[in-house]
Amino acid sequence: MDGEELTEQETALYDRQIRVWGADAQRRLSKAHILVCGINGTTAEFCKNIVLAGVGSLTLVDDRVATEEALSANFLIPSDENVYGGKTLTELCRDSLKDFNPMVRVSVEKGDLSNFGGEFYGNFDVVVISCCSLSTKKLINEKCRKLSKRVAFYTVDCRDSCGEIFVDLQLHKFSKQKLEETIECQHNYPSFEESISVPWNALPRRMSKLYFAMRVIERFEEAEQRKPGEVSIADLPGVLKLKNEFCEAQSLKESHIPDALLERLVTDPREFPPVCPIIGGILGQEVIKAISGKGEPLKNFFFFDVMDGKGITEDLSNANTGS
Amino acid sequence: MATQKHSPAIKGAKVLMVGAGGIGCELLKTLALSGFQDIHIIDMDTIEVSNLNRQFLFRQSHVGQSKAKVARDAVLKFRPHISITPYHANVKDPNFNVEFFKEFNVVLNGLDNLDARRHVNRLCLAADVPLIESGTTGFLGQVTVHVKGRTECYECQPKPAPKTYPVCTITSTPSKFVHCIVWAKELLFAKLFGDKSQANDLNVRSSDGASSSEQAEDVFEHRKDEDIEQYGRKIYDHVFGYNIEVALSNEETWKNRNRPKPIYSKDAMPNDISQQNGNVEKNGATNDLSSVSAMASLGLKNPQDVWSLMENSRVFLEALKLFFMKRGKEIGNMTFDKDDQLAVEFVTAAANIRATAFGIPLHSLFEAKGIAGNIVHAVATTNAIIAGLIVIETIKVLQNDTKNYRMTYCLEHPTKKMLLMPVEPFEPNKSCYVCSETPLSLEINTNRAKLRDIVEKIVKAKLGMNFPIIMHGLALLYEVGEDLDEVMKKNYAANLDKVLCEFPSPVTSGTMLSIEDLQQELSCNINIKHREEFDEEKEPDGMVLSGWTEATSVVKDDKKSNANAGSTSSASQLEAEKNNEIESGTGKKRKLSEVSEAVNPDISSVAGDTRSQGKLEVLDDDEDDIFMFDDWESATNKKKRLQ
Repeated sequence: MDGEELTEQETALYDRQIRVWGADAQRRLSKAHILVCGINGTTAEFCKNIVLAGVGSLTLVDDRVATEEALSANFLIPSDENVYGGKTLTELCRDSLKDFNPMVRVSVEKGDLSNFGGEFYGNFDVVVISCCSLSTKKLINEKCRKLSKRVAFYTVDCRDSCGEIFVDLQLHKFSKQKLEETIECQHNYPSFEESISVPWNALPRRMSKLYFAMRVIERFEEAEQRKPGEVSIADLPGVLKLKNEFCEAQSLKESHIPDALLERLVTDPREFPPVCPIIGGILGQEVIKAISGKGEPLKNFFFFDVMDGKGITEDLSNANTGS
Repeated sequence: MATQKHSPAIKGAKVLMVGAGGIGCELLKTLALSGFQDIHIIDMDTIEVSNLNRQFLFRQSHVGQSKAKVARDAVLKFRPHISITPYHANVKDPNFNVEFFKEFNVVLNGLDNLDARRHVNRLCLAADVPLIESGTTGFLGQVTVHVKGRTECYECQPKPAPKTYPVCTITSTPSKFVHCIVWAKELLFAKLFGDKSQANDLNVRSSDGASSSEQAEDVFEHRKDEDIEQYGRKIYDHVFGYNIEVALSNEETWKNRNRPKPIYSKDAMPNDISQQNGNVEKNGATNDLSSVSAMASLGLKNPQDVWSLMENSRVFLEALKLFFMKRGKEIGNMTFDKDDQLAVEFVTAAANIRATAFGIPLHSLFEAKGIAGNIVHAVATTNAIIAGLIVIETIKVLQNDTKNYRMTYCLEHPTKKMLLMPVEPFEPNKSCYVCSETPLSLEINTNRAKLRDIVEKIVKAKLGMNFPIIMHGLALLYEVGEDLDEVMKKNYAANLDKVLCEFPSPVTSGTMLSIEDLQQELSCNINIKHREEFDEEKEPDGMVLSGWTEATSVVKDDKKSNANAGSTSSASQLEAEKNNEIESGTGKKRKLSEVSEAVNPDISSVAGDTRSQGKLEVLDDDEDDIFMFDDWESATNKKKRLQ
């Protein structure tokens, strides 16, 4: 691969991981610019992972001020109120992350996600968004897709003991190892909007139930104009009603989205701490694969639920892209 | 399922973590965030630079300090009100005894070697404390739950043994780069810089071995007034030239093999070039011996480059010279250390020159270091995922939620759509010598073998005991301990050298020996069977232990390695046998027919992975499908799903 050699310092620090993904991948990582919007326990884990991996830069967006609650699953925020008081989540996380790896530039951008123009997203190779509404997800995904430069787009959400990752790498070329050979492949990804508009009755029977449940909650929050995660047990009847409407409209059996699952998701929308490193770890690995072009990346959803312990991938691209 | 529901179980729990490395750092953080308030952590290691890419609780400024202590301080910054008790110590220390283990509700392993894993397994069994075991290599990982009497113990399934190579492959007929590395490190490096009194098979076996070895002694001896450059060339010509000529003279060997080509220094490196070889003065400025480097003095910068034969030859001679000129005091008692730059340079160059002679592809210093040092491939993400899974199982164990215990594999490529694959744990193996009371059986020549052979090759090497007591009926044959008096010590020392059949009550066919380790509270019986002959190649110990199963280990140094598809480094193709890193033991990859190559089982390989050789079976009930492995081989019937 072209480009400068790794410095002696980089070789020493990244020795163990270069043995996993090779020096080329390490060089590509060191030139990649990552944007993370929405700080929570899961994105904190993700940020840690890619800062340790040695990306070029990481930019954080989230204007929320640190509160005691934000501390719960986030190890990047010092617990001393004298330290965190008055500062935003991103400022606090930036300070901790810089410390993890001085070779990575970590910075904070203020402002509202949906107000940033397309050119802002064009500054990055990877955009990861979390804690945002359905319409924001769609909007930013579209902004990224309109750029002449290819930007990898991810959404990640964790509620209670469940997590979801969505990936849009557009047209992604990669190499993978098959037996003794390295073969070149490509995947064509649908957008978030395209993916979620696949009719439910067209999906495989064994499709992860979490997929449906997340769509119901997402739509409920949008319809009720709630902030992401701003639901409680009191909303359960409304959520169940919406689920039934959905199932009817999409001719899906109602039992396919268990009420108990929805109940769990609305009862405590906060992240169950041990799930954060799992979702943040899978996301970190996927972003590293996408940047390095090495290894077959996830296509195009990932689900994890502590209840059954499975980490499942689902491909919702077949129905309308034919790929 | 959010934390508060688990609150009472979590808050009241006293947890022991063993290992504060790759998995350990992630685990300590995740335990703290999940609400655990009383965590004890043991790790004997100190922090190194190559840890910092994933052991995120550590900084450059902590290099050299205790992992356990620094990890504690780092976590207290975001969770100041919990109690974390660090021990900068070896988990095998006698004060971590059964009584100590009994204080805990659960033990969580984040270890790097088989030995310590087995030790902790035994203590957990003796103390009746649940153990959660884990390991990672690259993108692969696994978590398993071991609860006495309910699930299998860590040793219910055979573990691959460290790989060894036949001596003649190393000394005479290398066919893979790893053979050249083993030769360079175990034979040449040891011969030149190590303990001279150790036996060394350096010389290529020839038809008249005696005379050549006599001559060899003279060659390796560095005379006081001998020019170091001359000496280096003499060694070079002897090991890469003369020794190969001698080997070639044995026609039988080369009938079905490619004949090697002897290499002499004058051919590999013309005289005028070696004159300019190395500028020792460049190294002279510093007093830090660890920074002495042949690469630096030769102006070679990139450890990823594969050197030419000439470059390798220059590095070889330069490194040899630097050892004698800068590190003369250490000569005679050195052993290879992967963190010793000059030693790695010397071994890389020597292995590459030998590889050239035998027509084997050359490798970069980076790759050679990985092979020679058995370096494990490690990334932060896998450790983080595994730590999350450990905490989930920990909470189940604390709540005694037995029907939901799972062992989970973290895969690189989805299998059955899964990247994280839960599998039901297995019942204890009824013939496990560790957690059941099944006797072992030992075939041995009781007319020739000494008690020492049993102690060294079986009790220590295979059964992994530290403080064994060996009894025959009521007679104590052997014992280790600090409180023995001189008479007893003498007596036991004498017993070690006794032939088995010569004991007052002879140890022979039909004898049952009982062996006990007081620290591990493990005892087992061995039935002795006399056997006259053993196959030297297949049974090199001269004895065969059965009832104790040791999987044959396969070291993959070909390019098939599945698990590290992302890697270009061929070093990564080689699974380390015995490695020095925290998160994993050694690696052996087992092929799973359907679980893809990905379920790795590094040696850390918790119970359960060997059976992954079997087929994966999907129990197709829609609500909660559970994946289980069809058991491997005949054991199938013995194992049942836990209900």
